Amino acid sequence: MDEERSSMKLHITVNGADRRLEAPPNTLLVDLLRRQLGLTGTHVGCDTCQCGACTVHLDGRAVKACALLAVQADGHAVTTIEGVGSAQQLHPMQEAFRDCHALQCGFCTPGMIMAAIDLVEHGVPLSNRAVREGLEGNICRCTGYHNIVKAVLQGQKAMAAADDKQGAV
Amino acid sequence: MSSATGIGASVKRREDVRFLTGTATYTDDLNLPGQVYGVFLRSPHPRAALGEIDVSKALKADGVLAVFTGQDTAADGLGDLPCGWLVKSKDGSDMVSAPHPPLAVTQVNYVGEPYGLVVAETLAAARAGAELVVTDFTELPPVMDLATAADAAPIHEGLANNLAYDWALGDAAATDAALAKADHVTKLSLTNNRLIPNAMEPRAALGKFDPASGNYELHTTSQNPHLERLVLSAFVQIAPEHKLKIIAPDVGGGFGSKIFVYAEETAVIWAAAKLGRPIKWTADRSESFLADAHGRDHVTSAELGLDERGRFTALRVRTTANLGAYLSLFSSAVPTYLYGTLLAGQYKTPNIHVETKGVYTNTSSVDAYRGAGRPEATFVVERLVETAARELGWDPAELRRLNMIQPEDFPYETPVALVYDTGNYQASLERALELADYAGFAKRREAAAVEGKLRGLGFSCYIEACGLAPSQLAIQLGAGVGLYESGEVRVNPTGSVTVFTGSHSHGQGHETTFAQVVSDKLGVPFDDVEVVHGDTGRVEFGLGTYGSRSLAVGGSALIRASEKIIAKGRRIAAHRMQTEVENVAFEDGAFISGNQRMTLQEAAFASYVPADYPPDLEPGLSEKAFYDPQNFTYPAGAHIAEVEIDKETGVVRLVKFVAVDDFGAVVNPMIVDGQVHGGVAQGAGQALLEHGIYDGDGQLVTGSYMDYCMPRADDLPDFVVDTTVTPCTHNPLGAKGCGEAGAIGSPAAIINAVTDALGVQDIAMPATSEQVWRCLKEAEASEGC
Repeated sequence: MDEERSSMKLHITVNGADRRLEAPPNTLLVDLLRRQLGLTGTHVGCDTCQCGACTVHLDGRAVKACALLAVQADGHAVTTIEGVGSAQQLHPMQEAFRDCHALQCGFCTPGMIMAAIDLVEHGVPLSNRAVREGLEGNICRCTGYHNIVKAVLQGQKAMAAADDKQGAV
Repeated sequence: MSSATGIGASVKRREDVRFLTGTATYTDDLNLPGQVYGVFLRSPHPRAALGEIDVSKALKADGVLAVFTGQDTAADGLGDLPCGWLVKSKDGSDMVSAPHPPLAVTQVNYVGEPYGLVVAETLAAARAGAELVVTDFTELPPVMDLATAADAAPIHEGLANNLAYDWALGDAAATDAALAKADHVTKLSLTNNRLIPNAMEPRAALGKFDPASGNYELHTTSQNPHLERLVLSAFVQIAPEHKLKIIAPDVGGGFGSKIFVYAEETAVIWAAAKLGRPIKWTADRSESFLADAHGRDHVTSAELGLDERGRFTALRVRTTANLGAYLSLFSSAVPTYLYGTLLAGQYKTPNIHVETKGVYTNTSSVDAYRGAGRPEATFVVERLVETAARELGWDPAELRRLNMIQPEDFPYETPVALVYDTGNYQASLERALELADYAGFAKRREAAAVEGKLRGLGFSCYIEACGLAPSQLAIQLGAGVGLYESGEVRVNPTGSVTVFTGSHSHGQGHETTFAQVVSDKLGVPFDDVEVVHGDTGRVEFGLGTYGSRSLAVGGSALIRASEKIIAKGRRIAAHRMQTEVENVAFEDGAFISGNQRMTLQEAAFASYVPADYPPDLEPGLSEKAFYDPQNFTYPAGAHIAEVEIDKETGVVRLVKFVAVDDFGAVVNPMIVDGQVHGGVAQGAGQALLEHGIYDGDGQLVTGSYMDYCMPRADDLPDFVVDTTVTPCTHNPLGAKGCGEAGAIGSPAAIINAVTDALGVQDIAMPATSEQVWRCLKEAEASEGC
């Protein structure tokens, strides 16, 4: 098929691993992640770049993977929810979400966590209002955001504590 | 047993880890060997005759394997998608049900209606193939206006008009007479805005057929896989039940919209067998907007009569409810039995009469969405009560207190067919007033005025009927299925427990709460209890999750099954202890007689290795129960909203929201609070932001998140929630259900607050900044506000 002839070679670091991939030029990053790499933790909740369920990190910054072509990630590092923590060792933000009951159906959760980590890592210390404004690009239909906001504030503290600990070591 | 993991404990959810780490399995995450992709052909017109569908170009395109149309499904004898609740009109006639083929055959009746399915090797090829199908439509004039739809030219051939039913409940003559005698009558014309549910996971289906066994397997986004199987077997006739397995894996929210059996999964499982390849279809969000069942969409006129002392004497309600182009699975019951029956609210109104006209329009179906009928009823009652208080100069809290059903009045029979078993409405109101600092509101209003802001406060004291339902009553009223729930408790040979429930969990946390219930009842460690749901191949039967019924009905089934386990265990223990069964007690997970003790785990092992065992007792320790409730449950509560309006921009800010709810006994307070938060957010969305709009030409103009305003984090405040408790009197858990309360109570409270701030009698939902700004400008022009 034409698709194969026109496939582009891509070199992307995905969750820390060097990946050499091929995909047609019109492939969205989210489709590359979900369909080709089987990283199904990144979700698709809309088709207008509004819901944020597909949020991943590109070189450490939150991006909507439905709003990027896979080729735009060529030469860059992509981190998905699968690269953030594991069942054995949750990231402090994941732990905070669990502790605060900040998820119900779980569909928006990976995107929410990726957005929240970026907010904490690249923002000034967050207030309730700043978290709410910072998560404006991520829609949750289940929680009413109350516990998500609580979790992000708690996760911020936990991330700072984890950094301090690491710094001390 | 009360413990850190038992009933009443805020146990952290065990399902969370897979959601947090991205390892959950939603339908679209699954792939099967040989899988191909489906894309639906959808009508671009609200109403049109279907002519020739030319698929020749599509079939020649790369990767396209087949194009199926409504002609094919009809020729193969597929049945219609049924409406499962037969409502009768007030003249005794049956509702008029328009045929609803899974894929349209001769006519399309709403924008987005599927009339064909293109299947290809890749999703891109299926999409490209769909573009190559040429369809000959003859456009017909659509019926779009709800208020006039009933008498407009019929949209369905062979029907006399667009009236599906003209239903009534209550005593019309007594209500008319009481209104005529009333000292004061408050009148309102209300619109309950159309909503689009928008669970974050779009609907999806993955269908597979195995020709060797003749078995069908359908993974799909369902709140009730067994009901789906029943409908696909008995009505659509895909395959008999024993040949059809339905699995609803992780499901990303439902809110009602995933109760129904839709055209898409029906076509997918049918086509998978025709083609001999597994087919996957996943809706994109645009399809969800067009073809998911929508919610609400009523126009109503209502009158509340009061005597000279402020007592409610009569309520008359006339509602026209939009049912869309076809009657979806439970649609007919929503604006009737789930609406009219709730119009007594929390009050002793002696005379009530309601009429509902259910009408067809050229729009997507309207069916149950979180609350389903009860938010609409609450909106009518609580808007009227608040307005009456303002008209008569009453404190709205005091007028409510005066009219509330009192604790000593239970059981209380309403004039609209329900018997409330228990409640203490004033208790939740008083607690809400305290949490809302009602006494301090006047000062806050003054302070806001200094800043040029308008502050308002509004109440909503709601009631709901949940725990659907006593089966015989529901069937008498037209339900096509019983509404019990099934549960199975299987104690494994080494003492761990596997629990099977017909209640599906798609965010509610049943894997945690149901384990709490069984662990508490059987005295086994929480971690030793596993909950299985959502698979017709593993769970015997189920009616599913909706109407806030899972714990009250599904949880009660598990209590009953656990009681059977204990009863059998006592016989095993009595035999071992060489005593009579009556002498054996069960406490904290052990059978006890005198100083003899046998744990449940030991009894389980003895039952599977029956060496020294009662001769007349079957081996094994696994028990099932079907629990059929005796009555509905009646959660109730008081919600208080406080808003602040910017006079320049019309922006309404919800500054405080207090919800005090009585859900009866609570298993996991953390999860209950979360359910209230989510419900209130959806209610706030209805009141302030969300509106599904079709234009006069029948196009859905709110077809994406660019146009349909979902509540986002910065639209909402932190919520203040609390509970009061009067345990349900007729189920073993004392639970009433908590899933819908937030969405039921909050719209009326918020609109009462907005109208209070603006000093107007009414404003249509959603009270967007534009609406409010216009209202302010009109008031300015007429020297108000």
